[in-house]
Amino acid sequence: MQIEAREYEYANDYKVLIESYSGKPEHLLAIMQDVQKHYNYLPRLAISMISQHVGIPVSRVYAMASFYKAFSLVPKGKFIFRVCDGTACHIKNSATLLDQLQEHLGIEVDETTADGLFSIETVNCLGACALAPVMVVNGKVYGKVSPGDVERIINEYGGQSYASQHKC
Amino acid sequence: MWKELLMSMGGRAMQASINVNSNDRQTVLVCCGTGCTANGGREVFKTFETLLKDHAEIELLPVIKATGCNGWCEKGPLVRLLPRDITYCSVAPEDVSEIIDKTLIEGILIKRLLYRDPVSKEYLSSHHQTDFYRKQHKIALRNIGEIDPGQIDDYIEREGYQALKKALQEMSGQGIINIVQAAGLRGRGGGGFPTGRKWQACKNASGEEKFIICNGDEGDPGAFMDRSILEGDPHTIIEGMILGAYAVGASRGYVYVRDEYDLAVQNLGQAINDARQRGYLGNRILGSDLTFDIEIVRGGGAFVCGEETALIASIEGRTGEPHDKYVFPTEKGLWGMPTVINNVETWANVPVIVLHGAEPFARIGTKNSKGTKVFSLVGKVVNTGLVEVPMGTTLREVIYEIGGGLLKKRSFKAVQTGGPSGGCIPASLLDLPIDFDSLTEAGSMMGSGGLIVMDDHTCMVEVARYYTNFLAGESCGKCTPCREGLRAQLEILNRICDGEGTIEDLDLLEDISVTMQEASLCALGRTAPNPVLSTLRYFREEYLTHIEERRCPAGVCRALTTFYIDPVKCTGCQVCKKHCSVNAIQGEKKEVHVIDESICIRCGECYRQCAFDAVKLRQEELR
Repeated sequence: MQIEAREYEYANDYKVLIESYSGKPEHLLAIMQDVQKHYNYLPRLAISMISQHVGIPVSRVYAMASFYKAFSLVPKGKFIFRVCDGTACHIKNSATLLDQLQEHLGIEVDETTADGLFSIETVNCLGACALAPVMVVNGKVYGKVSPGDVERIINEYGGQSYASQHKC
Repeated sequence: MWKELLMSMGGRAMQASINVNSNDRQTVLVCCGTGCTANGGREVFKTFETLLKDHAEIELLPVIKATGCNGWCEKGPLVRLLPRDITYCSVAPEDVSEIIDKTLIEGILIKRLLYRDPVSKEYLSSHHQTDFYRKQHKIALRNIGEIDPGQIDDYIEREGYQALKKALQEMSGQGIINIVQAAGLRGRGGGGFPTGRKWQACKNASGEEKFIICNGDEGDPGAFMDRSILEGDPHTIIEGMILGAYAVGASRGYVYVRDEYDLAVQNLGQAINDARQRGYLGNRILGSDLTFDIEIVRGGGAFVCGEETALIASIEGRTGEPHDKYVFPTEKGLWGMPTVINNVETWANVPVIVLHGAEPFARIGTKNSKGTKVFSLVGKVVNTGLVEVPMGTTLREVIYEIGGGLLKKRSFKAVQTGGPSGGCIPASLLDLPIDFDSLTEAGSMMGSGGLIVMDDHTCMVEVARYYTNFLAGESCGKCTPCREGLRAQLEILNRICDGEGTIEDLDLLEDISVTMQEASLCALGRTAPNPVLSTLRYFREEYLTHIEERRCPAGVCRALTTFYIDPVKCTGCQVCKKHCSVNAIQGEKKEVHVIDESICIRCGECYRQCAFDAVKLRQEELR
């Protein structure tokens, strides 16, 4: 992984965010979560800065970033479609939902569309099992989604071109 | 019945109570748990706020509260009106002005918003009259749905922080441990370890500092009781933890919450601040010598962090890899110091036990499992939601009496308990009383309390594959039996689901399972073969059908399934056609429909939706 040139433009922003926490190791997870939340990924430069601030090697920050599901080393899309694949959703056919989403957007799980607009993720359980199958788009919960609803939901986020391109 | 209800709650009397004394002040409780919020609960709440402002003629405006999850997510958003105890189901923002005009002002019930009992066909004015609530016994969930989690006074009004006051004034730390031990409270997170014994070990251990941890890393898919408690009644967790701290002599506490639970983090954060302001947290709590404070740690999204040593590693800012427990965390836990870790639900029980004593709690439940347990009843069941029942209640009572039986009256196949490390229990064991020991004997486990009901449209081989896939993804990879064992099992299960399994595969699955049980480092690896073993034990037939006949009797495994429409049974209702996401079904209204197999992706949506059993599996015909 290399530091990309544009990351330097944000160096000050990263610094403010990271230094809002003390450098104690117990805050490592929280710092990383905040960076992830703000930038939708962990920029390489931010990883170096976190390592310095907390006083641990870059390798250990990297180990955390690759171990926990919450983190991504590549930028995520503006809209993240998170399909719940908890047991309740699974036995109510969340797999088909996921297939439809992948079909329409032309990407696989954990990928992002080329225009940086959409990403697809699966999540173990959102704890909204009564609404199974569930999908969340940037915090908005869609319950009892049928495969036929997928196109409409993509359109809500300006994905018309995707839906029509990949019409089956 | 309907007329009686109206008569007994005459409009005139109601009108009076709006304007008279504040004890009878009307309260509107809008459920804003995650389930109801997704269904528009927040909008209903806001509409009440906005519209009620315009009713200047009401002298004493009703109080409006956004509550935590009532548990009855199926019927949400729920609106409850006190003091009359009226419950309206599936309320939309458009219904709010009618509720204000008719029910709050005129005192008339709105029939279409009431719950109608599916058997007796009666309209029930309160949720307390429904089978779903009548058979429950709430301890851990006692306040949820009754209070606004953002208002510390709501909690205090319902005996909140009374146990803490009592403990600080009258009891010693050891006294608390004795009560918890006498109550027979066991850890609700899955292991079922006696809580009092854990606390005693920590109290006896020596260390410069001691820690209290609340494990809210609810990773089991299909379980959401911890989320509900953290969201709906955060103060009970805080009070429980303070009591624990006083008992063992701890000065700092952490609540480890899944990052996915936004609302829980938010509500708990506010509750901690409010508790600090009132002097329940911080230095010299309520003027005593006790000093204790709590911090929230948001989880990073790793199932294994529910394991206590992994959770400790995660709080310390390391990857969540478990280590062997030669020495328990009660001796050497967080930063090498004595640490008590208990699950959210366990903490929620503590204030009740301390305040009311061990005896009332110990009276509930079975010989070795005392008190109640919260279950999240989900899957193919009519009333999905959270239920709290005494230990020893049978699966049949929970699924059929509280849960209302299976959706679409389909036949029951299995109930999965205990999360990914649990097992599937078949219909023959429906009368099993649920407690820690009976479930373990049946080859499953209590786990955190997920009950996932499965019908004949669920493929048990695929369920085993699903859990194995989940666990293979979540195994931390530190020890070989778990990492490689799960991977090998997944490969075999994939093969069977694709119709390429052999009879030898079943022996191999069992062989690998035994190795994993015996040689894995932590509980995740040791219990990971449970889904495979329990389905092999109770549903071996289904494995054999996949292997020998190359078909999936439930119509789930795509490689082994093709669907067709029976022209005799098809009524041309178009339901299947509407649900087909790839337009593979052709047919005019009231005419026989046909599936184009070249387009069909075999998702089975038509098969599940058809009310006439007209969509059939091709394999059945061949047979």
